[in-house]
Amino acid sequence: MSGKRIFIKGNEAIAHGALAAGCRCYFGYPITPQNDIPEMLSSAMPAAGGQFVQAESEVAAANMLLGAAACGVRAMTTSSSPGVSLMQEAISYMAGSELPGVIVNMNRGGPGLGDIGPSQGDYFQSVKGGGHGDYRTMVLAPATCQECYDLTFEAFELAYKYRNPVLLLGDAIVGQMKEPVVPREPLAVDPEEGGDWKLTGRGQRAPRLLKSLFLEDGALAGQNILLQRKYESMRDEVRVEDFETKDAELVVVAFGSIGRIAKSAVRTLRAEGLKVGLLRPITLYPFPDSVLRELAAAGKRFLTIEHNLGQMVDDVRLAVRGLADSAFYGVFPGNLPTPDEFLEPIRAAAKGA
Amino acid sequence: MSSMPEIKEELVFDRPGVLADKPTHYCPGCQHGVIHRIVAECLEEFGLVEKTIAVSSIGCSVFLYNYLMVDTVEAPHGRAPAEATGVKRARPEAFVFAYQGDGDLASIGLAEIMHAANRGEKLTIIFVNNTVYGMTGGQMAPTTMIGQKTTTCPAGRCAEREGGPMRMAEIIAGLDGVAYSARVAVNSIKNLAQAKRAVRRAFETQLHGDGFGFVEFLATCPTNWRMTPVAANERVAKEMIPGFPLGVYKDAAKED
Repeated sequence: MSGKRIFIKGNEAIAHGALAAGCRCYFGYPITPQNDIPEMLSSAMPAAGGQFVQAESEVAAANMLLGAAACGVRAMTTSSSPGVSLMQEAISYMAGSELPGVIVNMNRGGPGLGDIGPSQGDYFQSVKGGGHGDYRTMVLAPATCQECYDLTFEAFELAYKYRNPVLLLGDAIVGQMKEPVVPREPLAVDPEEGGDWKLTGRGQRAPRLLKSLFLEDGALAGQNILLQRKYESMRDEVRVEDFETKDAELVVVAFGSIGRIAKSAVRTLRAEGLKVGLLRPITLYPFPDSVLRELAAAGKRFLTIEHNLGQMVDDVRLAVRGLADSAFYGVFPGNLPTPDEFLEPIRAAAKGA
Repeated sequence: MSSMPEIKEELVFDRPGVLADKPTHYCPGCQHGVIHRIVAECLEEFGLVEKTIAVSSIGCSVFLYNYLMVDTVEAPHGRAPAEATGVKRARPEAFVFAYQGDGDLASIGLAEIMHAANRGEKLTIIFVNNTVYGMTGGQMAPTTMIGQKTTTCPAGRCAEREGGPMRMAEIIAGLDGVAYSARVAVNSIKNLAQAKRAVRRAFETQLHGDGFGFVEFLATCPTNWRMTPVAANERVAKEMIPGFPLGVYKDAAKED
């Protein structure tokens, strides 16, 4: 830890976290509510000896990311929902070509142009692939400005560890709120990172090729077997915040900003003597199936709260299937819920209603 | 056993070492192979083989990397100029070029090529215009000529219905960030020599850090034109060159 706290927005924490993690190429296109990130990096990235490009579109930004990633340089793009839809083509190619890069989605309301208010409506798109083909991106969901910083920092490490795109799924709440953040010691990136695959110009070695086209008989199946094995191995990275689930009869499952708001509601109800707890998935892919299954095996009931009309609840139900079910409470996209809004739905679910 | 008469041999023509020693997958009469060779020769002449990163794109020429022995990354449809931007920004010391066809560059990737050119990215784009979508089976391209029949304009391209062919070398030359833009052909020995000069100039542009270099090649597609290789080559002279005039449309270094 390099000590001194800084008072910044979640969006700015992402920019700081990326710089500290050694990100030296940033490509982006303006879209609300994440503009603080490119605005800050437009001066901070060149000052750090890196490159900042305002692309002509999100399509181009994501493909610039692909190009920089192929060179083994730590690179990032950030956007919000409609923009991230446009990036899916490149993300699929990056997954297919096994390229590491960080993509930030500060989720806003949808579908379509939606609004610029907060939402978690991009859960399916984030964790189920989003683009074409059989692939997964690792997905991290911050709930605080500190987590915006830390998870962005760690997203680069994970991207390189697995040679895979890593997505940070925040929202307009955590992006726009301001909190104290403790920065880390900036990372000195190992110049040998990606040394066995990155493109540098061939020099004296054999030429290298990074691609996602596999036309030879059986070749694509072979690549997909390797990819699926990799996605399976990501299960080691599962992370959750567990708040008072041990003696809880009802476990609220919620992620990101909503997880944090739900935690306040759970705290209030605990003070009333209600045996409730909170499980906040921090990794949305890999999803904490086994954690949930253990809780189900211990006889807990579940309530999934999301800032959408029912997406993660499908994964919760799959995780606990055969043992339990999950109730669901959805906040409409664009609305900003308070902890009080969750009290009744949690009480009702605790009663088994 | 009689002794063979001694013949003194002098090697005057050889395959550039950066080109793989194997037959290409291109159809008979296709000119991708010739264009690959020009690029290969220029890479060697400038001593760039070891520091080159190529971006291969979509269609028949995606397999550039099977023939050109340099570090290569594949791009999605039309996005090669954006991807090459990322490559060059990440590795400014590398020599970076992308190889694109007409559907790729002038249709789906029009935004990417225009903006990379306008930013003056220090890249070279080799653009192969054969007025048709090749690998997908001969559909209309943005460069398909008026009256030319394709599988999606079977009665011939009609200006009123489909607009006219886009002349990319001229369009690109109009952008401030562009240091060099030219159109060439490889249908004759004379044009081939000119084509090589153009690629050389475009490469120099990047090496001198002047900005964006663009070379449009007029090329044949005998299969999708439903022509013999000889007739296809004749079409380049009779129809394509009059419609897509050869020449250097911008050479910023010379204008200084």
